[in-house]
Amino acid sequence: MSAEKQTATQYIQHHLTFNQTAGGFHLDTFWIALILGFLFVGVFALVARKATSGVPGKLQNFVELIVEMVDSQIKDAFHAKSKVIGPLSLTIFCWVFLMNAMDFLPVDLLPTIAQAIGHYGFGMDPHHVYLRVVPTADVNQTFALSLSVMLLIIGFSISAKGPVGYIKELFTAPFHAESLPMIIVLLPVNFIFQLLELIAKPISLSLRLFGNMYAGELIFILIALLPWWVNWVLGTPWAIFHILVVTLQAFVFMMLTIVYLSLAVEDH
Amino acid sequence: MDINLSLIGQMITFVLLVLFTMKFVWPPLTGMMEERARRIADGLSAADRAKQDLANAEKASADKLREAKQHAAEIIAQAEKRASQLVEEAKETAKQEGERLVNGAQAEIESQVQHAKEVLRQQVGQLAVDGATKILKREIDAAKHADLLASIKAEL
Repeated sequence: MSAEKQTATQYIQHHLTFNQTAGGFHLDTFWIALILGFLFVGVFALVARKATSGVPGKLQNFVELIVEMVDSQIKDAFHAKSKVIGPLSLTIFCWVFLMNAMDFLPVDLLPTIAQAIGHYGFGMDPHHVYLRVVPTADVNQTFALSLSVMLLIIGFSISAKGPVGYIKELFTAPFHAESLPMIIVLLPVNFIFQLLELIAKPISLSLRLFGNMYAGELIFILIALLPWWVNWVLGTPWAIFHILVVTLQAFVFMMLTIVYLSLAVEDH
Repeated sequence: MDINLSLIGQMITFVLLVLFTMKFVWPPLTGMMEERARRIADGLSAADRAKQDLANAEKASADKLREAKQHAAEIIAQAEKRASQLVEEAKETAKQEGERLVNGAQAEIESQVQHAKEVLRQQVGQLAVDGATKILKREIDAAKHADLLASIKAEL
């Protein structure tokens, strides 16, 4: 596409620029995440609609395997009753996994296709057609997930302890006191601790996922800069290792969500 | 790290996906899996019950067989007893019959002997009379010596 040769810096920068609207909205993150989300719910809903309790087909078996894994994790970690936690965990695991798995596509594949479409379809300069294919390497995506989880943590706490109980807990835990003056002294300390705890959860959740995926993507881009005949020397091991990272990060995100929510419904 | 409107967009997508999963994916799948677990449990308990039934039936059939054997043995013993009884009875009857026959024969012999003796006595009396008649010819009158002849007759 490109008439003149790009420098390595330009190549990397091009790969790390979002396809965004004037308002800064990341179209690439949005559409790829949406398509992958539809892929997940489409396949699962299709299987769920035709699901039989008799002998399952191969696809149903695969779907059951995932659902059963998620369900057993929930049963291990989450001891309250909730209609939300199961679907939530399943969605997080599958969606994050699919978004992470976009890393496995060759780094130039989708951006090159997008450039071709942009250039020949819309007459754009290919240098200004940008596409980042891994939505979880976008902080917006990871924070969207983790802030939703944080809101759910607050919601779960309130529904389990009542609004008054939750506010009381905000000021009286983790440090308990017997006498009234001590309670008043500990009040701000407790509140600051609780606030930190609440904020630290989504930040650690989203930055862990973002960091892993961004680093993975960056290394794939760097490997792509090597001459084509040594590309595989680093590319293959990194891709294989990345299978672990992709799955593990999806699992960790789901698992921590379950743990945080179970902490939210339990009394301190 | 540019956080912008995308955050809201992704949150909306996330919420919609979770809602969809809550409505159309999770409940039917978990329900179906519970249903399968229940069916497997039912099947296993049915198999256990069938095994128990089989064991019971085997025990019952063994009992019946033993009973039948015992019954047959009783019948055989009874039949043997009856047979020996019959033989015993037959022997008894035969013995009685034989004795009866022997007694009859003896009585017959007895009566024959008596008869022969009677005949002989008659004939001896006659012979004696004839002999005496021949010897004594004239002197001896049968009517006169009837008491004598009678005494001789009685001695025979």
